[in-house]
Amino acid sequence: MKKNIYLDYAATTYIDSEVLQKMKPYLTSAYGNASSLYSLGREAKAAIEKARDDIAKILGVLPSKIIFTGSGTESDNLAIFGIAQAYRDYGNHVIISKIEHKAVLESAKKLEKQGFKVTYLNVDSQGSVKLAEFKKALSKKTILVSIMYANNEIGTIQTIKEISWIIKRFRKNNLLPAFHTDACQAAGALSLKIKDLGVDLLTLNGSKIYGPKGSGCLYVNKDYKIEPLIVGGSQEMGLRAGTENTALIVGFSEALKLAEKLRKKESQRLKNLRDYFIKKVLKIIPNARLNGHPQKRLPNNINLSFAGIEGESLVLKLDQYGISASTGSACTSTDLTPSHVLLALGMSEELASASLRLTLGRKTTEEDLDYVLKILPKIVEELRKMSAIRL
Amino acid sequence: MKKIKTNWLYSQTVKEHFLNPKNVLWDEKNYQFDGKGTAGNPVCGDVMMVWIKVDPKTQKIKDCKWRTYGCGAAIASTSMLSMMVTEKGGMPLKKALNLKPQEIVKRLGGLPALKFHCSVLGQAALKEAINDYLKKQKRKK
Repeated sequence: MKKNIYLDYAATTYIDSEVLQKMKPYLTSAYGNASSLYSLGREAKAAIEKARDDIAKILGVLPSKIIFTGSGTESDNLAIFGIAQAYRDYGNHVIISKIEHKAVLESAKKLEKQGFKVTYLNVDSQGSVKLAEFKKALSKKTILVSIMYANNEIGTIQTIKEISWIIKRFRKNNLLPAFHTDACQAAGALSLKIKDLGVDLLTLNGSKIYGPKGSGCLYVNKDYKIEPLIVGGSQEMGLRAGTENTALIVGFSEALKLAEKLRKKESQRLKNLRDYFIKKVLKIIPNARLNGHPQKRLPNNINLSFAGIEGESLVLKLDQYGISASTGSACTSTDLTPSHVLLALGMSEELASASLRLTLGRKTTEEDLDYVLKILPKIVEELRKMSAIRL
Repeated sequence: MKKIKTNWLYSQTVKEHFLNPKNVLWDEKNYQFDGKGTAGNPVCGDVMMVWIKVDPKTQKIKDCKWRTYGCGAAIASTSMLSMMVTEKGGMPLKKALNLKPQEIVKRLGGLPALKFHCSVLGQAALKEAINDYLKKQKRKK
């Protein structure tokens, strides 16, 4: 039988069956509009408010400014445009890193078109933001800093706490700049306590934590106002109009609760698997390298480059063996530009195109990885022999 | 649950050529060739090398080998190219020089628009190989 080994958990996850069970009533019998006054509506409203409370508890904040959205991408957009538009009279400068998710990167680019100035911070060869460069970039005109908690491609974890300290020292008693972090990849792996992180806004979503796609939230510290992206109703404190999708909101919060419950144990298990694989693969395959930081990386992230071959062919060959993985390749059928993250590490376009990302999850076993360790070297060797570039 | 039928990323022919490429020159050590050509560069994502043997009497391509650094479409394009110029007793050099990338794409059952350049590069490498052969012939005379 053909194997089916999913190693792309950073792309998305399945919905946990317990989570799905908790969502089901809101798709069928408890279908009320949360704005309605009768009991069916109030039932939906209560479920949404409970979800909000549950998430607030995990973040260690008051539930008042957790805004449910339709995705991590939407939350990122809401954070960036929401703050930029609300505080544009106070300054026109925004700072982000070069390795942000496209949801942040493209939002910043759009701000530039609207007359904002954006600083794109460099990272070192392992993907960490350079703090000295960041300090220098801050100015009186800076209204927003957005730096991701952990990177989706290479898994590098940023020192969010130190960045927030720098911001706090810089702004003294002022409100600005506000600090937003995209924590979509960090959820379930790292602490989400706002007090420890020191951030003012934080993005989360459901599709990476065994919750439903199309769900997410933005936490906003109560001292900040934001401009909504979507208007047309008073839902979510008027910050996100549209009838609430109760099932997705419930699923998202249940998934986050479960991820938080399993976090320590599962992170350790994945870390062991990750390090086991990395050690072996670097030993077996010549001219292989690990991208990102060896320690300060997400427990489930493996990102490798194999000089001389191209990522898309590698992924397609792995697929033939039932292994689902992804690439930062320049040459996928929908996008010809190499990964902006790998290029920001200072990698050549050639090496950036030769990358493979394996992200582990709840169903990944050592057996799965041993199978990949058996198949991958063969494929790499074959593609290298077929390659016009000789190492 | 009924499973939705999915298409592969590329056409069935591309898939076949990608998974079982024809005429790869795995090792050129003992390979006697008459012409050799290269096209592309790693920055643009594809590099192709083509080696040919020519029948001096008929001026037809007797053998065509290749190696490609690139995506699935690039590998399949060069494989298909090597097959097209050697089938039916070999393609006359003149015809091969004027082979259009569109003809390769057609034989592959189509390529995504973004991948059209893969077929162009293969053809460019072949052209270089033929010109290399023709140059050598001139020198001999």
